[in-house]
Amino acid sequence: MGDLTERTMDVKETRYKLTLCDGTACIHNHSKAVQQALETELDKHGLKDSVSIHLSGCLGMCTKGPILIVNPGYIMYGRVQVEDVPEIVESHLVNNKAVTRLIITEDHLYNRFFRIFGDVDFFGKQMRIALRNCGIIDPENIDNYLSLRGYEALAKALETMTPGQVIEEVKKSGLRGRGGAGFPTGLKWEFTANQDSDEKYVICNADEGDPGAFMDRSAIEGDPHTVLEGMMIGGYAIGAGKGIIYIRAEYPLAIKRLEKAIASAREHGLLGENILGSDFAFDIEIRLGAGAFVCGEETALIHSIEGHRGMPRPRPPYPSVKGLFGKPTLINNVETWANIPVILLDGADWFNTVGTETSKGTKVFAVAGRVQNTGLVEVPMGTTLREIIYDICGGIPNGKRFKAVQTGGPSGGCLPEHYLDTEIDYESLAKAGSIMGSGGMIVIDEDSCMVSLARFFLEFTQDESCGKCTPCREGTKRMYEILTRITEGQGQPGDIEKLQRLGEMIKHSSLCGLGQSAPNPVLSTIENFREEYEEHIQDKKCRAGQCTALLSYTINDKCVGCGACKRVCPVNAIEGVRKEKHRILQEVCIRCGQCYEVCKFDAITKA
Amino acid sequence: MTELAQDKMTTLREFMAEVSNKDYAESYLIAVLHKTQELFGYVPRQVMDEASEALQIPTAHIWGVATFYHYFNLEPIGRHTISVCMGTACYVKGATQVLDVLKKELGVEVGKTTEDRLFTLQEARCLGACGIAPVIMIDDKIYGELDAKKTVEIINQYRKAAAESRKV
Amino acid sequence: MSQMITITINGKDYRVEPNQTVMQAADTLGFKIPRLCYHPKLSIEGACRVCIVEVEGQRNFVASCAFPVSDGMKIKTNTHALRRARRDIVELIIDNHPMDCHTCERDGNCELQRLAASMGIRARHFAGERKRYEEDLSSEAVIRNPEKCILCGRCVRMCSEIQQVHNLTQAHRGFQTVVMPAYDLPMAESVCTACGQCINVCPTAAFVEKNYTQELFEQLNDPERVKVVQFAPSVRAAIGEAFGLPIGQNMEGQLIAALRKLGFDYVFDTQFGADLTIMEEANEFLERLQNKGTLPMITSCSSAWMKCLEQFYPDLIDNVSTCKSPMSMQGAMIKTYFADKMGIDPTKICSAAAMCCTAKKYEAERPELMFDGMRGVDVVVTTREIAWMIKSAGIDFVNIQPEKADHPLGLSSGAGAIFGATGGVMEAAIRTAYELYTGQTLVDIEVEGVRGLKGIKEGSLTMDGQEIRVAVAHGLGNACKLLEVVRQDPQRYHFIEIMGCPGGCVGGGGQPYAAINTIPLDDKALKKRAQALYDLDRGKTIRRSHDNPDVQKLYKEFLQHPLSSVSHKYLHTHYKAKLPKGIIPKEAKKIEVTQ
Repeated sequence: MGDLTERTMDVKETRYKLTLCDGTACIHNHSKAVQQALETELDKHGLKDSVSIHLSGCLGMCTKGPILIVNPGYIMYGRVQVEDVPEIVESHLVNNKAVTRLIITEDHLYNRFFRIFGDVDFFGKQMRIALRNCGIIDPENIDNYLSLRGYEALAKALETMTPGQVIEEVKKSGLRGRGGAGFPTGLKWEFTANQDSDEKYVICNADEGDPGAFMDRSAIEGDPHTVLEGMMIGGYAIGAGKGIIYIRAEYPLAIKRLEKAIASAREHGLLGENILGSDFAFDIEIRLGAGAFVCGEETALIHSIEGHRGMPRPRPPYPSVKGLFGKPTLINNVETWANIPVILLDGADWFNTVGTETSKGTKVFAVAGRVQNTGLVEVPMGTTLREIIYDICGGIPNGKRFKAVQTGGPSGGCLPEHYLDTEIDYESLAKAGSIMGSGGMIVIDEDSCMVSLARFFLEFTQDESCGKCTPCREGTKRMYEILTRITEGQGQPGDIEKLQRLGEMIKHSSLCGLGQSAPNPVLSTIENFREEYEEHIQDKKCRAGQCTALLSYTINDKCVGCGACKRVCPVNAIEGVRKEKHRILQEVCIRCGQCYEVCKFDAITKA
Repeated sequence: MTELAQDKMTTLREFMAEVSNKDYAESYLIAVLHKTQELFGYVPRQVMDEASEALQIPTAHIWGVATFYHYFNLEPIGRHTISVCMGTACYVKGATQVLDVLKKELGVEVGKTTEDRLFTLQEARCLGACGIAPVIMIDDKIYGELDAKKTVEIINQYRKAAAESRKV
Repeated sequence: MSQMITITINGKDYRVEPNQTVMQAADTLGFKIPRLCYHPKLSIEGACRVCIVEVEGQRNFVASCAFPVSDGMKIKTNTHALRRARRDIVELIIDNHPMDCHTCERDGNCELQRLAASMGIRARHFAGERKRYEEDLSSEAVIRNPEKCILCGRCVRMCSEIQQVHNLTQAHRGFQTVVMPAYDLPMAESVCTACGQCINVCPTAAFVEKNYTQELFEQLNDPERVKVVQFAPSVRAAIGEAFGLPIGQNMEGQLIAALRKLGFDYVFDTQFGADLTIMEEANEFLERLQNKGTLPMITSCSSAWMKCLEQFYPDLIDNVSTCKSPMSMQGAMIKTYFADKMGIDPTKICSAAAMCCTAKKYEAERPELMFDGMRGVDVVVTTREIAWMIKSAGIDFVNIQPEKADHPLGLSSGAGAIFGATGGVMEAAIRTAYELYTGQTLVDIEVEGVRGLKGIKEGSLTMDGQEIRVAVAHGLGNACKLLEVVRQDPQRYHFIEIMGCPGGCVGGGGQPYAAINTIPLDDKALKKRAQALYDLDRGKTIRRSHDNPDVQKLYKEFLQHPLSSVSHKYLHTHYKAKLPKGIIPKEAKKIEVTQ
């Protein structure tokens, strides 16, 4: 077959490579006649030199023969008859449009990645639906996307489905919003479609502000067209003529790829008037964010597009009723849009077979922290945390012990060891005291202080709070102050109760999701790691050794008196004579840790 | 108020004229601010005043938007950012003196940019290089064990490099 | 009327109208859910989170000011969890607020204080860093103190949605959010029109008027000075509220007596100045009408409107009357006519004015209003300030025996009295203009068409076959809509009255704070105050400005005749375009006046 990876992207030598199964069953079903018909047809279209035909051994899928594989794109046609050949040549080889009715049903879109990289453990255990094309196409070349059945879903929708049928299919699939809230996507589409308005909008939320999250960035950088196609289908389904992608300014490459993709789509008549010959008109515009995490929240995002400060507003009314410029608006996350073409082509019924009872499909997780392999992991819902952290990401390096995993970004909870076998879906994570969020997953080992971590996340949410509502603006500040005191050894009895009281109030009283979930890291670490808080407050100790104010450095008996630490101490806190055990003056020591770093004899104890 | 490059202002004015003809023109305010930052490195007040006229948006509104989004610089940023570490180790070893020398030499306060737009002076929390305190960081290079003389020498190095690059 | 629906509040069923919020429905049923950022005239923020309630089926608490009712909704307003949450939320506000109630202008009259008391906050659990900002003392009229701001956003919404001045914004974000004009400019350098409505809606002392009471007390205690005071119509209609009296009680006599007890040598009535203004303005209008001068003519007594004109509508400067405001005309006469008559050296006069208005403080300092190197008015104090001075000086305002104002600048007609209500200036002008033009008495002198709280009022009358079309707008937001009509259709009106404050001067930025059972800008309160002035008008025998014998005497002895060169010197002024230029967004200028 040759080097498939290379051939996928290289269309210089031959434009298409056809592989015809030459096994007995296919021959019995007239594959030779098909071959001849192909040769004739190619000659007719002058494609003899740019399309090559190869014969393979028996593929073993005998009930579906004759089988014809078209590359680039791995399209697998089944039960190909001589009468089908002219259509295949004209539609697929000349016009880049695969013949859907002939594609075998087992040929799912996610399979292409697996075909190439399935032997790499990290990839082989994943199931890449949203990220199906990332890494195997040139994202700046629309032809690549087209060759992998790109825009076929849009064509199917426009040519063979009513908007209502499209919505039914999305509803049937069970797809839930991948931005974090997990709202049933089909329902949202239905609400927006049911609104009576001359102007409607479709928005892609590409504001991905969670620190440690880069799923959306990668999806856009690797496969911008899938997002566009999803939005077009959404626009058709709800009756919108305009789509807007709101993307953060800190993603210049993704922005560039989107701009290019939109331009190509326009050139190919896939955006603009009379798309694919129908009377559906749709165009997409890019709007940039400007450094405000809160603009990932629906109503704040809308206000940002409208040219205002990105501050949320009370709901109802929901954006599906009154959204951008007061019109019905459908907002979905990048990953949600990326799933739409797959649902239409592979079918809602198939999509239903992936995932759990309540959460269908896959989810992309950005795994970071203390794991062997950090990166993007797309797995079916229902996969356990253990499988992701250990099987796919290789477990905790340096022989350290697993301590906790934080899911859902800065709004999520920290789950300790006994949750590792949780089958991930929206409900199970919520039940465990965390959230799915947009898919961030931070693995924490024994060297991390949970109190310090909670404080770190609160610092982020405090910085990003829009300031509109009292609980979030003032409450998170006070929580942060208490946590800072605790990490600096100034914790007082009653602090934990204060944190819980404030945290519960902020959770239930805040105006938007940012405030409602900001206390989660704190509340879940108190729930699951209360001892650490108590140690910080009562014993002034940090068992992970991270809170510098609670550390003390002492020289133990291993000291040989080399004086290296004394030389490096910036405040002259170490005294001692050469060749004799030195001593650190605790009142002077500022706990910078330089002595610990330079000691070659393990003679300094950090506790 | 500094003079803004006329060619850049023309580009910006053309952009503002273009967006003011679109539907919901006021919604392009953030796009205008982005363009401004792209051209000037920050958002000058004169530009906000002009945008107010061009897009018919009250200046208070523009100010509210520009200050909300942390991406936008409201003050010019120098070519090099000097961060003076004010962590305990550096403090004890004379960071305040280093800061004073810099303030005097550059003629700016903390958070401000020099007239020639070469340096912005910032304070930083612990940079983690306590062994060579006191420490400053210029862009991403660390300079340690400083005194007044060394500090000025380093500044002059950058000034020289900037002058050379201008000649090229 | 739409179908009523059933909701359950705290276990009991109620039938209510649909299409309203939980708070609105609850308000009609005898509940008063605690609130802070909500105001019925401003857009809904849902920001303070004090008005939270529990709604069955909702995961979290919802803001009752924003959540719509629906059939079968089950609401709880007073559970333990809610009470605790509300208490904590109000404590959080206080934790970021100065602890100086007893030395604050709004001690005893502060919405935050009242709310905190009702929450029962006895300890502060969460105290930490408190925000520190400098006070902005730059403006002559409105002081800004961001440390007292609780970020309810009412001032921003008031300034933008109702006044359409758009001077204020919330800047920065999160804990660093501050309310300020563009570029953090001092108020004096911003497009602020000094209307003071921000003070009216502010629940704390984050906005207050510039306080001149100390200065005035010093003047009053200075034996070398001749202390003269005038007071506006709207002051007498509202000052009673500051002493706990019901809204709409006319306290003219008591106020005059109290002012004398304070130490003023002469107490004059701005209503006299109003009559004088009508003389000048009616004649000016007729002159334009007859000599094809610039029409429509627009009134100029509202100083917030004047600042707005110069910054936002410089193209309409020629339309505006050159007359000074009644206060400034009165002030000019005090230092010339009166001083001369009494043989007093005008430089020894302290000319004070008690006004319902904060912008008058700005007006008094305008250099264009000076004459012979003097200011007409030296000190302006608001109704609030004068009420405080009376209390502070130990005067029994409620029980004092009423007195009458001094001559020669104290007598006024009913037309002068109604100046405080929206439409009043127009009505007063019509009463005089009609008679001057036609030579006949206008019998129906109460012109109903220009009375009332509708934002823009239109009317017309016929004078000797000539149709005169008039319009009245109150609140700068309504003014801007009306002026947009004028720009597009200059023939539509002949004469326009604009008052900068909603309700007219009775709703001015210097009026007493809303008492416990009302809210700022309450329509009922505005109507009652206006009614006090209309009743005052009805009770007078002289109801037309030109019938005022003291005014006639003033012309005979000094001014000669309306629009004379003497009048022009002391009673008229000029305006010019000023920076900063204000922008009014397109949305605000959408015209609603029907053909």
